[in-house]
Amino acid sequence: MAAADPRRLYLPGDIEGPQGGGMTGTIATGASAATPGRPPWEVTVERLGHDACLVRLAGSWRLRDHLPRAAEVLRTSGSAPGVRRLTFDTAQLGAWDTGLLTFIRHLIEESERAGIEVDHTGLPVDVERLLALASTVPTHLMAPEPARLPWLGRAGTAVVDTGTAAVEVLTFVGEACAAFAGLFTGRVKIRWSQFGPLLHEVGVRALPIITLVGTLVGLILAFGAAVQLRQLGVQIFVADLVGISVSQEVGALITAIILAGRTGAAFAAQLGSMQVNEEIDALTTAGIPPVQFLVLPRMLALILMTPLLTIYTDLFGMVGGGLVAVTVLDLSLTTYVTRLIQVVTMTDFLMGLVRASVFGVLIALAGCLRGMQCGRSASGVGLATTSAVVTSIVLTIIADGLLSMIFSVLRL
Amino acid sequence: MASTSSLSPDRGVRPRIAVVDLDMAYGGLVIQRNLSFTVRPAEIFVVMGGSGCGKSTLLRHLVGLKAPARGDVLYDGQSLWTVDPAEREDMMRRVGVVYQSNALWSSLTLSENVALLLEEFTDLGEGEIRDAAALKLALVGLAGFEDYYPSEVSGGMAKRAGLARALALDPEILFLDEPSTGLDPISARLLDDLILDLRDGLGTTVVVVTHDLASIQAIGDNSVFLDTETKTMMAHGDPKALLADPPHPRVRAFLHRESVSR
Repeated sequence: MAAADPRRLYLPGDIEGPQGGGMTGTIATGASAATPGRPPWEVTVERLGHDACLVRLAGSWRLRDHLPRAAEVLRTSGSAPGVRRLTFDTAQLGAWDTGLLTFIRHLIEESERAGIEVDHTGLPVDVERLLALASTVPTHLMAPEPARLPWLGRAGTAVVDTGTAAVEVLTFVGEACAAFAGLFTGRVKIRWSQFGPLLHEVGVRALPIITLVGTLVGLILAFGAAVQLRQLGVQIFVADLVGISVSQEVGALITAIILAGRTGAAFAAQLGSMQVNEEIDALTTAGIPPVQFLVLPRMLALILMTPLLTIYTDLFGMVGGGLVAVTVLDLSLTTYVTRLIQVVTMTDFLMGLVRASVFGVLIALAGCLRGMQCGRSASGVGLATTSAVVTSIVLTIIADGLLSMIFSVLRL
Repeated sequence: MASTSSLSPDRGVRPRIAVVDLDMAYGGLVIQRNLSFTVRPAEIFVVMGGSGCGKSTLLRHLVGLKAPARGDVLYDGQSLWTVDPAEREDMMRRVGVVYQSNALWSSLTLSENVALLLEEFTDLGEGEIRDAAALKLALVGLAGFEDYYPSEVSGGMAKRAGLARALALDPEILFLDEPSTGLDPISARLLDDLILDLRDGLGTTVVVVTHDLASIQAIGDNSVFLDTETKTMMAHGDPKALLADPPHPRVRAFLHRESVSR
């Protein structure tokens, strides 16, 4: 018995060495100083006749006993030339659980792969029965083999899938437009009892984070330029820098990004879980178009709130700039505010509001679309949420670039 | 079709629902093919079969949520899948559906869940709608729970609220998807009794998708058995007759809860 080194596996070389007995001897033992008094696992491989091996299992074979790997045991026994058959002796086997089953199952699989016949007769009856249970799979429960398409087929499938997705997006946008049109013609009614809480959720509850982020962005913009402005002695231009950039673009962009992460994601998650709970199916079969009932109020709330929140962000961005102007650049508050009023025009604000309106539409569309496209599982809801945020932000940035180009062409 | 029982009761009365040569598929994956059966007025029709055989998918085809790969569904002789969507919406208004997951609108109270349909599709005043919603909830034993939200009631109560909502517009046809899922035997039995009472009282045609053997035998007048392996209907007829004389070993195994050799 080689119990000196706990849980050590003796590979073929070791057997020839310390044991010196050819194929007979202990391959490994799980003896551990930490578990005195309880028999450890033990596996011994003996050569029986000219073509058979006897695997003798003894001691405790449980998952927590740090059991050996079947492949390693087989390497020592099965790699010997001429072995064609494997038998078991489990007379000394103590406590066991699925750890033993896993070991034996692997041993059988590995042996059969190596062309070694396995004789099950030496195994305990219960082990044998459980192994039989695990190896029979009802034919009709086996998953069908996914068809592997040639490259042309895969390319075709990709094109068809893209086409289907495009049609889905267009249908959704079309339905949303029709719902908005219906709102103006009076064909579609908004349920005010639902719309009020939505406005509160999208608008009022976003105020704390918008206050914080808006102020910080103004602060960062002003800080970034403070050193250069002071070197040139034109500290007063901090009002131009913060006022114009925030009102024209930065305010709208920051608001859009916050709303994409906060509200767009929430819409996708809400609609997605309604999809999972069959609530959307229930609306469809009841003859209530889900786009009118669920999507329209959400889009409307977000489209109304984005420009309003942008004005709020603009204000706090300028407050942030003011903090730097007063504390770092030694300007008086009056000077800063007067300069702001001089340089920031109505056009700057309107440019920001146009941006905000466009961003609001895009975030609302992306959030609701991803929610409605959600699959019927919990992971689907997670994916829909992620996808809503990514789509919203990408669309927002693209739209921002396009609007900047349009404004510059219009010389605004 | 593998075997249509001689008891197939399709003669005489004009069917309320007829399923004609229906093939169901998700993309290229065929779920069931060649389904043909009829549901007569005021009968309780059971769609049965093992898990994953396509029972719920069949229900989605019957209620207009999923278009068939081939074939059609007729309501009183009128095709569901060849009419334009607006007409299909009108046809669907005669139908109530109880979903497996209840599908109660989570942002509305139980009463509002029932009332929404009345608000959308009737000219009733606010008070009348409230009364009608309270009556439907009382019919399913939920009097006093009008102002609870779906998340605040037990599974069995939510199931019954789903039934009350499905009954909101007094539908001619009621579909139930696995109604006894997640219910204890007593609640499941109560739901069966309720379905029988509603059929007898209101003359509603009921289509139940289930694999609950007790329920199948207790309420089913007629049935169809969908088989997972052959992907088609394997039996059609009165479930009691199918129990007594199963046309196929797998139908027998299902109805008698036998173990099938694996």
